[in-house]
Amino acid sequence: MVTMNSEADKTQATNASSAPAKQPAAATPAEPEAVTKVSATLAATPPAGTPTADCSSSSCSGNSSTDPLAAIPHRSDAATTTLTNGNNNVAFVENEATVAVTMVGGGSNPVGGVTTSPKAATAGASPKIAPATAATAVTAVATTTPAAPPAATAAVPPPAKTVNADATTSTTPSSSTAAASASAASTGSGKQSGASSGLLTVNANHHHHHHHQQSSSQSQSASQAQQQQQPPPSSSTTLAVPSASQQRGGKNEDAPNILVYKKMEAIIEKMQAETTGVAVRTVKAFMSKVPSVFTGADLVAWILKNFDVEDVTEALHFAHLLSSHGYIFPIDDHALTVKNDGTFYRFQTPYFWPSNCWEPENTDYAVYLCKRTMQNKTRLELADYEAENLAKLQKMFSRKWEFIFMQAESQSKVAKKRDKLERKVLDSQERAFWDVHRPMPGCVNTTEIDIKKAYRRGGSSHGTGSAGASLAKNPVEQLTRIIALRKQKLERRTIKVSKAAEALVAYYDQYNEFDYFITSPELPNPWQTDSTEMWDTEKNSKEVPVRRVKRWAFSLRELLNDAIGREQFTKFLEKEYSGENLKFWESVQEMKALPQSEIKEAIQKIWQEFLAPDAPCPVNVDSKSVELAREAVSSPNGPNRWCFDVAASHVYHLMKSDSYSRYLRSDMYKDYLNCSRKKIKSIPNLFGVKR
Amino acid sequence: MSESAVPVSNANANATEKMASLVREAENLKTKLEEERQKLNDVNLSNIAERLEQIAYVNIKPRKVLKGHQAKVLCTDWSPDKRHIISSSQDGRLIIWDAFTTNKEHAVTMPTTWIMACAYAPSGNFVACGGLDNKVTVYPITSDEEMAAKKRTVGTHTSYMSCCIYPNSDQQILTGSGDSTCALWDVESGQLLQSFHGHSGDVMAIDLAPNETGNTFVSGSCDRMAFIWDMRSGHVVQSFEGHQSDVNSVKFHPCGDAIATGSDDSSCRLYDMRADREVAVFAKESIIFGVNSVDFSVSGRLLFAGYNDYTVNLWDTLKSERVCLLYGHENKVSCVQVSPDGTALSTGSWDYTIRVWA
Repeated sequence: MVTMNSEADKTQATNASSAPAKQPAAATPAEPEAVTKVSATLAATPPAGTPTADCSSSSCSGNSSTDPLAAIPHRSDAATTTLTNGNNNVAFVENEATVAVTMVGGGSNPVGGVTTSPKAATAGASPKIAPATAATAVTAVATTTPAAPPAATAAVPPPAKTVNADATTSTTPSSSTAAASASAASTGSGKQSGASSGLLTVNANHHHHHHHQQSSSQSQSASQAQQQQQPPPSSSTTLAVPSASQQRGGKNEDAPNILVYKKMEAIIEKMQAETTGVAVRTVKAFMSKVPSVFTGADLVAWILKNFDVEDVTEALHFAHLLSSHGYIFPIDDHALTVKNDGTFYRFQTPYFWPSNCWEPENTDYAVYLCKRTMQNKTRLELADYEAENLAKLQKMFSRKWEFIFMQAESQSKVAKKRDKLERKVLDSQERAFWDVHRPMPGCVNTTEIDIKKAYRRGGSSHGTGSAGASLAKNPVEQLTRIIALRKQKLERRTIKVSKAAEALVAYYDQYNEFDYFITSPELPNPWQTDSTEMWDTEKNSKEVPVRRVKRWAFSLRELLNDAIGREQFTKFLEKEYSGENLKFWESVQEMKALPQSEIKEAIQKIWQEFLAPDAPCPVNVDSKSVELAREAVSSPNGPNRWCFDVAASHVYHLMKSDSYSRYLRSDMYKDYLNCSRKKIKSIPNLFGVKR
Repeated sequence: MSESAVPVSNANANATEKMASLVREAENLKTKLEEERQKLNDVNLSNIAERLEQIAYVNIKPRKVLKGHQAKVLCTDWSPDKRHIISSSQDGRLIIWDAFTTNKEHAVTMPTTWIMACAYAPSGNFVACGGLDNKVTVYPITSDEEMAAKKRTVGTHTSYMSCCIYPNSDQQILTGSGDSTCALWDVESGQLLQSFHGHSGDVMAIDLAPNETGNTFVSGSCDRMAFIWDMRSGHVVQSFEGHQSDVNSVKFHPCGDAIATGSDDSSCRLYDMRADREVAVFAKESIIFGVNSVDFSVSGRLLFAGYNDYTVNLWDTLKSERVCLLYGHENKVSCVQVSPDGTALSTGSWDYTIRVWA
């Protein structure tokens, strides 16, 4: 059977998402929750015809004059992608009126999905060209369920086979129907699709940023469209699921979340190991059987045993993540989480794993929901939010609802022919798929990706003309840079790791009493006690806590970073008649912080005051530093804010080695320290110093 | 340079050969470098830290939850006053919170959504922010409702702006961008004071060195590298490799001689600048999600790391052990930051909230 997505809708969807390339939020693949998305698309959809009242009426009242198939063909760039990534099992049919991608066998397991999930892959038998044969092949492997991975192993396909289809229409009956006259197509293709079961037809116009740029390549797509056929996994044949993203299919390895997916899949594989994995069984319930399930308690116990998790909480969290990403799911709950009890869970079939980069469209969701309404089973009843979504989708796709309805109907028919237990499993896996991609309100959509990563990998619409982009495209330059960096590293004088480690440990020794996550502060932490005493005392400069004064002795930087410390040090230097050093250093720091417009003047002032031959306040700097400063000040390009850096750092080291150590030994510092020590004792210390 | 050693007469014909020889040279250097560094790798940091007592328990609990954003929180920054927080979100809003009372004091709607970065000026009187608009925009913090009207665009990148900080002055802004460069801008004129080319991937994070001159900063990038830059020359002075995937976060150790990184490869690493090498890796088999953000406690002993698995892990940087896990957020943790006085930790998440822990 065929899942036929109407072009008109696709075009709209594509336009809606690709048009605002300048408004990236709308074009992002990381969409907000399902409902938001639905409404957003709704807003972008041009006013549709009168929404049909219900599913059954829509099938007969289809208005052929406004048939969506009459819509302007949308230029697709998918061909380019397919040409470069020949493994996409997508076939293109371009017609004057429509662009349709016929995916023979319905399975669009992107390369990554197949190759990297070798054993568990249910990707079906060897490729067949004629769709009808594919359909049979599908039924042949239809018994494969994730609970029985070995069966799938037997059917692991050879490396994706790509067929160049010059006359694609002739090999794919369903798409030829799709290309038929607009008015007839709406009903015709639907019926035909029902007959040729095993086919999943999706649209090529996958929304992507490249649309505009690559439209020129479209002409190739008709003639060179590649048809790559891969019979689908059993579970996919009757499912209202679109092809995996053709755009990303090829870039699968690079997709932002793929790293995590691969790690999860490795874990799932371990869990499914026959003897060492989680025990999967068929549970006998009253009057029925629950196939291929395991309990939450078993799962958590397995994680605790096999992973370096600390406790049950962490194990549960781990299990929850596996579930919310769609690898395991509760057999009758839309909320993808795991409880540590006897609740039953099931493994998702690899076909539905998120690593396949699904980006299911709303039409597919509509077909799925519609189908559920046809299957008269309590377990398939729509949840409230699903019913709401269905209503919204029906409004949105009112003009093509009969299509959706027919697809749903044919899928439902096929489903009914299945073995009862197998159906149970497949239904639940399909449901779990949609629970991942259209999560229940309040649940996290784990398929959302970081926009930064999406932009980097997904498209060039933003990161153009950048140094990095050109660098990335120029491997020679990139390598040259790496070589230069490594040479730089080789020339560097370094210290032993033991020395560095000692320094880090010593730093901790010195600072641990100031680390409030390790040592309680003298005054209660405002965040823990809701008392601002600590901050209030700090503002009141009369009482400087002893810990703070102690810190001045750690380094000159600490002393100067503390306003009161700096004040004390200034006083000390004045007494020593060496205040100009600090003044110079401070002037340089202040100058560096000035706006560009004031820099030149400030530099002249510093030069005149501290460094010039007749400076009123000369600093004791070596002649080399002065010479460097002179050159910088009188440089033809004008002085820059860093021109005194060498001189300033010279002065800083002078202060550090000379005045600062004398200050620490001075009575002035000792008195101040004792003074604050006394004061601090008068304040009741509720916490004391705990280590 | 390396090319000089390679004959380049027939550029096209020799291109492959040249590439191969460059790859060889890079590999040779790597091996040599590893040998050299190994000579000085006399002991592990965790061995030296053996004499320290174990951190058995850290008294840290959720204290405040800041709710008000209508989309993912992408970045937060503590005010120098130690109690205000600015946050930016995918909903296009910038909110200034009194985190202590959890009140929203200002909300500014940006012309663009996806504000990926925001930063307080050292004076606490301005905030800078930017994101998918490729720009860094400065807003004065005023009591009236005029904040949005008084904004000024300071700089523009050729791709999204991923991070920004004020380097010790209200008058300059340092930014990192998806165009793989960093840039230092003059706030008043919008003049580009210095640009920093060298990364071959998007720059995801930057941090200023906590030394007295403030002339160096670190950047982390999707090219899996962390670079130490000299602001004066615009050159890379030190580089660190080792991560297997994007470096999403970089932070200076409070001593200024080491940096910590967080990566999509689900590890955090500690690189010592004096030893010029990686001195610790913080990872566990059960941690499989990427790290978005890291920050040190005041002593440098604890490293807080926000993960895509909704948790914050506390690492003992010296013993290379995990101290504990902070649960609470219901989606990816996008940013973590210790408050200026080290009394609290703020975390922002895709669950629309910001939490304060202490």
